[in-house]
Amino acid sequence: MNEKKDLKYGFFLGCVAPNRYPMIEASIRAVFEHLGAELYELEGASCCPAPGVFRAFHIPTWLVIAARNITLAEELGVDIVTGCNGCYGTLRDAWYELEHEPELKKMVNEHLAKVGRKYKGSIEPKHVVQVLYQDMGIDYLKGFVKHKFSDLKVAVHYGCHIVKPSDKRPWGGEYECPTFLDEIVELTGAKSIDYKDKFMCCGAGGAVRTAVKEVAADFSREKLKNIRDAGCDIIIDCCPFCHLQLDLGQMEANSVYKDMIGEPYKIPVVYITQLLGLAFGIDPNRLGLVKNHNLTGVSPFIPVEPFLKKVKEQLT
Amino acid sequence: MSENVEKYIKRKVYKGTNSRIAEKFVDAGLEKIRACINCGTCSGSCPSGRRTAIRTRSIIRRALTGDESVLEDIDIWLCSTCYYCYERCPRDIPVTDMIIKLRNIAVEEGHILDPHFSLANDIFWVTGHGVPANGEANKKWQDLRVSFGLPPLPPTVHMHPEAVKECQDLMRSVGFRKLMDNIEEKKAKEKAEAEKEKKAEE
Repeated sequence: MNEKKDLKYGFFLGCVAPNRYPMIEASIRAVFEHLGAELYELEGASCCPAPGVFRAFHIPTWLVIAARNITLAEELGVDIVTGCNGCYGTLRDAWYELEHEPELKKMVNEHLAKVGRKYKGSIEPKHVVQVLYQDMGIDYLKGFVKHKFSDLKVAVHYGCHIVKPSDKRPWGGEYECPTFLDEIVELTGAKSIDYKDKFMCCGAGGAVRTAVKEVAADFSREKLKNIRDAGCDIIIDCCPFCHLQLDLGQMEANSVYKDMIGEPYKIPVVYITQLLGLAFGIDPNRLGLVKNHNLTGVSPFIPVEPFLKKVKEQLT
Repeated sequence: MSENVEKYIKRKVYKGTNSRIAEKFVDAGLEKIRACINCGTCSGSCPSGRRTAIRTRSIIRRALTGDESVLEDIDIWLCSTCYYCYERCPRDIPVTDMIIKLRNIAVEEGHILDPHFSLANDIFWVTGHGVPANGEANKKWQDLRVSFGLPPLPPTVHMHPEAVKECQDLMRSVGFRKLMDNIEEKKAKEKAEAEKEKKAEE
């Protein structure tokens, strides 16, 4: 039986999930509710701010705005949870710096005082996957699995900032070959397939996508080739920006590098809570897996129907 | 031991170095860059370097020796901040953080790509989001949210105009607005000069 846990979090949405891939937001909400976790809204939260761009432009601005976002959860007395590696990178790195450098904390609070806020350092920024794996745990999740997929080959993509920099992450310093996300994926009966350079970056981060889209698309092209060569059915990720790059970027790679690619890629990209939700028996509509075909020019750009069709036969 | 740290690692200026950028690094507490032995583990670990001209070792070397051209080089913007160089550096130099700091110095000197400036000045400053969904132009994204049972806009700055203002107050206070204004001014000046030159040629 599932033991009752005290699971309360401030849900930090970020930008890409709510504003471009809302199926990710919907699936996190559905799965957390199903698991007995309570998500509080962080009213008035802003961009985290994105580490590759705004941190790279002006570190003090990045730190002050990140601290403001953290204070929203502090007011509610709950830890922050975000489903985005970029937001996680910002909130966790900012938190780490503010906890370790009193001078920075003083500077930040001088600015925050002008808008009537104060960074206290009373809560911890966490990732959705961190909550699933550490706060809830594999055994707890196991109790909710209703359907097991008998034949689903998954390419797991961690993304960079959920594991690195490893000294500011909760995975015991592991960064070359972590397994926590694979373990969650395999709870569903799906098989995590090893592929070449599995931990390679998607290419979007660090301001690269905004600077030169073709460079980001070339990262993705290499990843997609390795994933196809390994015979995977779908990609599972845990970051909306990687998700955007592997979905929309898949289209871009298909067009920019069509001479190198041959048969265009059409590998469905699925967020971890969408997959988990299906295994828990949650309605695919609530997981954002059923597309409204009246809407055009919106995500996902690579159809997920082949994935749904494949698992439907296995959901008995 | 500590005497040697003072003597070799933290020494502010040493022979053969154009120290302007190096000084800025030291001021930013990044003097560990001087521990670099040029082994190239960073370049060898770099997924961007496999497809672009970015050579992390060279960036660090140029910053260390005060070669200012590194600030104008697009290479520093082609790092995807994957943190492999940071993790693998045998001298424990936080390489990725150095590149971020180098970008800060570049932006301060007015070297910022147009799409990055526009993202900061026209989107982040105005909306509080890096990727917004408000306004008529983004109606399809609001519809997409609704199709999944979510409200058209998230409960972020999008639903709280006073929060956008609060973020702007903070950004003004911390110097972001001034930084953007300086860049705008510099860009306008450069444009005017280029036009003047063009006219003179005609």
